[in-house]
Amino acid sequence: MKDRVIDIRNDFPILNREVNGNPLVYLDNAATSQTPQAVIDVISDYYSRYNANIHRGVHALSQEATDAYEKARHTLQIHFNAAHAQEVIFTSGTTHSINIIASGYAELLNPDDELLISALEHHSNIVPWQMLCEKTGAQLKVIPMLSDGTLDLEAYSNLLSNRTQLVFVNHVSNALGTVNPLKLIIEKAHEVDAKVLVDGAQAAPHIITDLQALDIDYYVTSAHKLCGPTGVGMLYGKSELLNVLPPYQGGGEMIATVTFEKTTYADLPHKFEAGTPNIAGGIAFGSALDYMNSIGLNAIAAYEQELLTYATEQLKAIEGLRIYGEASEKTAVISFLVGDIHPYDMGSLLDKMGIAVRTGHHCAQPIMDFFQIPGTIRASFSFYNTFEEVDRLVAGVKKAKMMLE
Amino acid sequence: MADIQTIQNEIVEEFSFFEDWMQRYEHMIELGKSLPLIHSEFKTEENIIKGCQSKVWIHAELDQEQLVFTADSDAIITKGIIALLIRVFSHQPPAAIMEADTGFIDKIGLKEHLSPTRANGLLSMIKQMKMYAIAFQTQLN
Repeated sequence: MKDRVIDIRNDFPILNREVNGNPLVYLDNAATSQTPQAVIDVISDYYSRYNANIHRGVHALSQEATDAYEKARHTLQIHFNAAHAQEVIFTSGTTHSINIIASGYAELLNPDDELLISALEHHSNIVPWQMLCEKTGAQLKVIPMLSDGTLDLEAYSNLLSNRTQLVFVNHVSNALGTVNPLKLIIEKAHEVDAKVLVDGAQAAPHIITDLQALDIDYYVTSAHKLCGPTGVGMLYGKSELLNVLPPYQGGGEMIATVTFEKTTYADLPHKFEAGTPNIAGGIAFGSALDYMNSIGLNAIAAYEQELLTYATEQLKAIEGLRIYGEASEKTAVISFLVGDIHPYDMGSLLDKMGIAVRTGHHCAQPIMDFFQIPGTIRASFSFYNTFEEVDRLVAGVKKAKMMLE
Repeated sequence: MADIQTIQNEIVEEFSFFEDWMQRYEHMIELGKSLPLIHSEFKTEENIIKGCQSKVWIHAELDQEQLVFTADSDAIITKGIIALLIRVFSHQPPAAIMEADTGFIDKIGLKEHLSPTRANGLLSMIKQMKMYAIAFQTQLN
């Protein structure tokens, strides 16, 4: 893999650009990944050759667009090993996917019900459930985290009861990179008949996720973390669950028959796909997965772990640097602080050196509160990053530290 | 006290001697250290200019028909930016602050702090200072 990276980098036009007079070092992959030319071409090809509305036109363009869109759905189904293509719903992204489920459960929950949420969640997997609890009177309980950034699994077991209806957990924490033990979490939840929603946004680019093997009930992710475009994502749900879940939005595409007296809803997946979708985005999502699979997720994961190990060692050698989140199983994410330096100051200076990192609370304020810090600097690596870029980051942090202290 | 435009011109001239971004930022960091600090009693939750990056507190009071600003932030570059704004706006009549343009920011190479993604950055600070000016001008009327 290491010797292929130079070739791989050539697939991504953006990696050739300069920022503030320096070659770009893009280490904000956990926020969004970059897009290879092959995927950009797919989007351009769609608008150049067969842009049409799908699922209803009888004309050639509409059929070509429908075929491409449904082929992409099939690609997603195979990639994540869903049992049926109709269990794969195209959405605008992870947040949208979560809101579809939350909205449906508003009609299914009682005030006696309990929902468990992990302390590692992104705001997008917290707020919709708080809103749901306000609506239904159900209780939201938090699975606490430990100081190394892993979940307290004993506390989790104790929180589960026959009142538990749903458990929300990310596969990987966006702020810390912790990989959560999904298999165990899901098995325990199923023992009390609770359903599990897995936020896969951070894991999908790095870890092969087998929806059936893990027995995941609901799974959500976004294309833009997977070398695809923004504004498109996926909701997976077991068909027996999605069939009874009330629809989220009314509109065209999601109906079987409409009269002013009564409307019957379409079958899956259309029931949850009201309105004209992001057609080019959906098609490009499929191509992005094809691209990543052409490199191989296992090869990607192994290489990213090498980058993580190297970067962790190099950064830790900087005096006063503290890493937050030191789980034994992590994706290539390093959240850190240096001395008393505010992350915003560090991030601003790194930007002047052409190094893109994320600073702040990473939309995971409860984690920052746990560590009693305002936020961190987060470097997140992808398979197109190099060891030389790690060196540039380390040199940049040292230089900024010198200026700020 | 020189007027707002004159002070802005001085700052632009001062920054023109710097050869690269490092010197500019080192200067900003120095300025941050000299910021006229807000009295701790005004450093309250309500006085925080809300955003998602650094915390900023700004306080204003009237002294002989002129506004005097004090401030603080938990980030040093942000403090440097406020120090510049205070140099421009403090000890000026509210009406002059209300009408002032802030073209000097672009000229001294700090344009990136004007981006809306730098939440809690320059734009919200300027807005807050102008809000104070409007409020105190109403009192003077």
